[in-house]
Amino acid sequence: MATKKFRCKVCGYVHEGNSAPEKCPMCQAPQSEFEEIVEEGAAAPKKGLNTNSNVYTIVYAAVMVIIVAFLLVFVSQSLKERQTANVINDTKQQILAALELRDLPDVAAKYDEVIKADNLMKADGSLVAYNGDFNTSYKSEFDNGNLHVFEAVVDGKTKYIIPMNGLGLWGTIWGYIALNDDRSTVYGVYFSHSSETPGLGGEIAGLKFQSRFPGKQVVNGNEVALQVLKFGKADNSSKFEIDGVTGATITSTGVNAMINKVLSAYIPFLTKKESVECPDEQNVESID
Amino acid sequence: MANKNSEALKQPMWLNNPVLVQILGICSALAVTAQLKPAIVMGLSVTIIVAMANVIISLLRNTIPNRIRIIIQLVVVAALVTIVSEILKAFAYDVSVQLSVYIGLIITNCILMGRLEAFAMQNGPWASFLDGIGNGLGYAAILVIVAFVRELFGSGTLFGFQIIPQCCYEAGYLNNGLMIMPPMALILVGCVIWYHRAKNKDLQEN
Repeated sequence: MATKKFRCKVCGYVHEGNSAPEKCPMCQAPQSEFEEIVEEGAAAPKKGLNTNSNVYTIVYAAVMVIIVAFLLVFVSQSLKERQTANVINDTKQQILAALELRDLPDVAAKYDEVIKADNLMKADGSLVAYNGDFNTSYKSEFDNGNLHVFEAVVDGKTKYIIPMNGLGLWGTIWGYIALNDDRSTVYGVYFSHSSETPGLGGEIAGLKFQSRFPGKQVVNGNEVALQVLKFGKADNSSKFEIDGVTGATITSTGVNAMINKVLSAYIPFLTKKESVECPDEQNVESID
Repeated sequence: MANKNSEALKQPMWLNNPVLVQILGICSALAVTAQLKPAIVMGLSVTIIVAMANVIISLLRNTIPNRIRIIIQLVVVAALVTIVSEILKAFAYDVSVQLSVYIGLIITNCILMGRLEAFAMQNGPWASFLDGIGNGLGYAAILVIVAFVRELFGSGTLFGFQIIPQCCYEAGYLNNGLMIMPPMALILVGCVIWYHRAKNKDLQEN
C-alpha cells in the first residue's frame, strides 16, 4: 500500500513507512518531532477529474465554445434593435452635420424638421422620391446604382445633400456634402472614417478641415472640379482647390478620390439647369 | 494576505509596470498615443477588460486543461471584448464610435494574455481583480505620459484645445511632425524606461 513519508523537523531526515519511527536514526529526536509530508501531486487525483486527459480537454473546449457562442448570440440579438436605432440616429446626425447643424439635443426631431425629401436621381438628372426604409449604408446603395439626394430647407433656402463613400489609408471613409440650390456651391461637408490614424488622417473628421469647404465650387462645365490637394499645394483664392490634412497625404488623396468618384456619378443632376426643374409636375399633367 | 493583495494592486503601477518592466502592450501604446483623449479611453478600457478577464480566468483556473489554456484565455478575452463592444453600441453609441478601432485592439493587447497566464492562473479572484486593475492603470499611466508629450509638441493641443498660443506660430514656431509619427512614441517610451531604470537600480541588467 501507499507508504507515507515523515520528515524529522530537527535534522530533515525523511523516513518512509506507515508511521513515524520512535527515534530519529540521524539525530535521536523523539517521535513527536516528526511531521507527515503531504505531497501536492498526490492530492490532485482525489478530485476525480484528470484535467489533462484527452476526453476532458475536448469536452471542455466544446462546452466552452457552445457557452460562448450562445452568450454572443443572445447579446447580439437582444441588443440589435437598440443598435439599429442608434445607427439610424447617427446617420441622421451626420447628414445634419453637413448642413452645419452640429451637437443637436434631439437629432430625430431636427431631421424631420429640416430634411424635406429623400430622393433618388434618375439617369437624366431628375429626382424621384425614394420609398424604402431609411438607409444607413450608402455605399451599397451607390454600388447598386441608387443615387440618393436629400433635399433640405435651411433658413428658407433649398439645399441638396449627397452621401459619399471611399477609401482612406487604413479603411473606409465616408461623408456628406451639402450644396446650395445652384447645385455647385458647397454649403457644408461632413466626413468621418472607420480607422484613420488619430491626429493625422483622423483629422478629416475635424472642423478645421471641413471648414475649408464651404463656398467652394463643385462643378466646372460638365466636370467635377473640386479638388483636395496635398497640404500647402492648394491655391486658396481658387474656387476649386482645397488643402488636405497636414501629414495625411494618403487620406487626403482618398477624400479627393471619393469626392471625384461619387460626384461624377451625380453629374446629370449637378449640371441640370434650374429652368428644367419640376419635371414631376409636367408628368402629372400629361398623365391627366 | 491583505498585504499580498495591495502588492498585487500597487506593484504594477510603478515597480513592476507592464509597459516599463514587462515590456507588454507596446504595440497599442504606439498606436493610440498621438492624442490624449484616445489614450485615456484606451487605458481605461484595458483596465476594465483585464480586471474582468482576470476574475473569470481565476475562477476557472482549476478546471482549465493545461494543454489548451492559452486558447481558453483567448476565447474568454475575445468574448468579453465583443460583449462590451455590443453593449456600448446599444447604450453608449458615441463612446463606441470614438473607440471604434481600439476596442478591437484590446484583444491583441499582450498585457491581457500576459496577466492571465502569469497571475490569474495561480491566484484567487480578488487578488486577480486587483492585479488587473493595477496593471491596467500602470499601462494607462504610461499612455497618458507619452500622449501628453506627443499631443503637446506634435499638435500644440491637449484634449483638442489649443495650448501653444497663436503668437508662437507667428513668431516661427512649428509643430514637431515627428511627434505624431509612431516611431516617436517608441523613443518616448524608451526615455520613460530609461528614467525608470535610473531610479530603480535593481532592475538594471549588466
